[in-house]
Amino acid sequence: MTVHARAAGAGDLGRSSPAELAEIVVRGGRIVDETGERRADVRVRNGVIVEVGESLAPESAATIVLDASGCVVAPGLVDVHTHLREPGMEEAETIESGSRAAVRGGYTAVVAMPNTDPAIDNVGTARYVLEQGRRAVCDVHTAAAITVGRLGEHLAPIGELYDIGVRIFTDDGTCLGDSQVMRRALEYATAFPGAVIAQHAEDPALVKGGHMHEGAWSARLGIGGRPSEAEALIVHRDIVLARMTGGVVHFQHLSAAESVDIVRVAKLAGRRVTAEATPHHFTLTDECCASYDPVFKVNPPLRTADDIAAIKRGLADGTIDVIATDHAPHPAEAKDRPFDEAPSGMLGLETALALTLTELVEPGVITLQRALALLSWNPARIAGLAETHGGPVAEGRPANLCIFDPSHAWEVDALALASRATNTPYHGRKLTGKVRHTIVLGEAVVIDGEVTR
Amino acid sequence: MKHLLGVEDLTRADIEELLDLADSFLEVTQRDIAKVPALRGRTVATMFFEDSTRTKLSFETAAKRLSADTLSFSVSTSSVKKGESLKDTAQTVEAMGADAIVVRHSSSGAPHRVAGWVNASVVNAGDGWHGHPTQALLDAFTLRRHRGPSLDGLRVLIAGDVKHSRVARSDVHVLTTLGAQVTVCGPPTLLPGATEGWPVTITHDLDDALCDTDVVYLLRIQRERQDAALFPTLREYTARWGLTDERAARLKPDVLVMHPGPMNRGVEISSAVADSPRSLILEQVSNGVAVRMGVLFKLLAGDAGAGGGSRAAGAGTATGAAGTRDVTGQGASR
Repeated sequence: MTVHARAAGAGDLGRSSPAELAEIVVRGGRIVDETGERRADVRVRNGVIVEVGESLAPESAATIVLDASGCVVAPGLVDVHTHLREPGMEEAETIESGSRAAVRGGYTAVVAMPNTDPAIDNVGTARYVLEQGRRAVCDVHTAAAITVGRLGEHLAPIGELYDIGVRIFTDDGTCLGDSQVMRRALEYATAFPGAVIAQHAEDPALVKGGHMHEGAWSARLGIGGRPSEAEALIVHRDIVLARMTGGVVHFQHLSAAESVDIVRVAKLAGRRVTAEATPHHFTLTDECCASYDPVFKVNPPLRTADDIAAIKRGLADGTIDVIATDHAPHPAEAKDRPFDEAPSGMLGLETALALTLTELVEPGVITLQRALALLSWNPARIAGLAETHGGPVAEGRPANLCIFDPSHAWEVDALALASRATNTPYHGRKLTGKVRHTIVLGEAVVIDGEVTR
Repeated sequence: MKHLLGVEDLTRADIEELLDLADSFLEVTQRDIAKVPALRGRTVATMFFEDSTRTKLSFETAAKRLSADTLSFSVSTSSVKKGESLKDTAQTVEAMGADAIVVRHSSSGAPHRVAGWVNASVVNAGDGWHGHPTQALLDAFTLRRHRGPSLDGLRVLIAGDVKHSRVARSDVHVLTTLGAQVTVCGPPTLLPGATEGWPVTITHDLDDALCDTDVVYLLRIQRERQDAALFPTLREYTARWGLTDERAARLKPDVLVMHPGPMNRGVEISSAVADSPRSLILEQVSNGVAVRMGVLFKLLAGDAGAGGGSRAAGAGTATGAAGTRDVTGQGASR
């Protein structure tokens, strides 16, 4: 079976074949999916949802009964922006360890970013990632680089990668700065339905020598700045190029108010544009950097309260389609350095849902259903995974489910996370909302918050 | 006070206490035997990751005049060349027995990081573009001796590359906290972009600003800024923002000139001005030793001393010291 087939359907997932899996009954929860909200139990057998109804009884003694009282039963979350670090940086994370973090965070599918060493810019490396993904506890897909070596010069074999199931192409970590190469990438990708060019939008010249948001805090702390305008410029340019080419562009981790406004206008004009935002960009500001602790260093950088407000408006009004984690593990020694010398990035998989609930749903910025659209079915569509992930909790659908208690209060402990790394900026922060169970293709991979294998 | 990482958290009283302490040590540095046993048995390590003449020598001299043992470290002859990290280096230096580590580093915030990794006191001797606390203190100290005791209302013009200057950032805070009115002047590309909340007046017109100031403080202009398109040429820079002989001739006689060093003579300051009677540049250097003695004493000998600026008496937190001690060496030290 080809990997492409796997990406498209619910076939060989490398884990124990669905037929061997015990039946699962999810009892007492409140289903929230794209079709609405209802109280019902869910029966899962052979990797598929076989029954949704009231008071479902276990069929045998072997049936796993998952208590969902007080919980939301939702389609599994999908992360279109995960750094799994394999190959090449396994001391920070492996596909296996990253997948454990994912399922604890309610994710049933993740898309690995290609800024590995070597870069995922060819079929061989992409296959390696997918092979490793077979041992993972969630569904692992991979993005691929737009350009060879992510150097921004020559196009990677987009067609060959598309044929093995890759749908998201990105040089993430660096911006594809050359306008002509970006134009060609958008143009070329139009030959492949469902392929999307995803951009890390930060004008390379404007952010050179910068390590945090350029503003009052960078001026005070004496740290080189990465201005908001670096993002807005590339967002604007790429929207123009997408119109020119008929291509589809997806903006990764929008962080600046001006960029959100530009995307909003483009969508009103009917442009084929999608955008994501990360929890840290709607939670943390550049003031965090005052400690000089690089756990707060990330690209694009943490910005101002005004930017956070704009991101929230964008998430609420549909300008931003996706909440993505940009989960970026780094080993302790890499972050144990001065701010400007440390690498950028922070963990996100195990805190994204809770931050969405705490920062957006609880204060009434968005509804719970909108939150799940941003975390589940919208990213599933962009990643080309809608047949297996993010769909309604209904009979006949592949059983990828996230069951979480939206009122469970907990405190983030960096050392208690499943990730190999500990670089969470939320250590000690109190959050509301926690995953209780996660079901990946019919297997209960998280029960009562613990990974089962 | 455990560390001196920046000046942002120092109150007027904190600064005045440190300056008073420096006053008492200045007297020590002028004696025939310029040495007191105040920090005997303590060890001060200087850890300089950037080249430095005056700051490194100044801290080491200050430590020696307090009878502390000194450990000196410089990148070019150390295991940093073998790739040892800042964290491991700092912990290694501490393991040698350093009670205070004086850090100079090109990364803003490096001393803050070091302070999180060691138990020793950490003194910021200049970090990136962020701060240079002892420079700001010695500048305030120097001005106080000439225009003091109070700096209230004193007009200070800081001219040059403020954006990339740790000296400017620290001086703005210390001088304005002491009541001075600070104006910063330079090309727009060399001033910080976002200065909301900075208690300063900003101008790009040096000639105008010079008419209305008591002190001119020049900052070093680095040649590589020209390559980053921050200004067209050094010649144009000097013509507009340099303290040339012509500009100096128009200054009122009592206007003082300062510079943190090292100078680019002929660029931001003319040689004649630098060597003129109104220049305090070498006095800044001399005062630096007394100020740093004050800082090291304050950090290592505890908070008990430093009353009133005359006799700073440490309460015996130093190794082997029991009872009251007189840091000026006249009293009861053993």
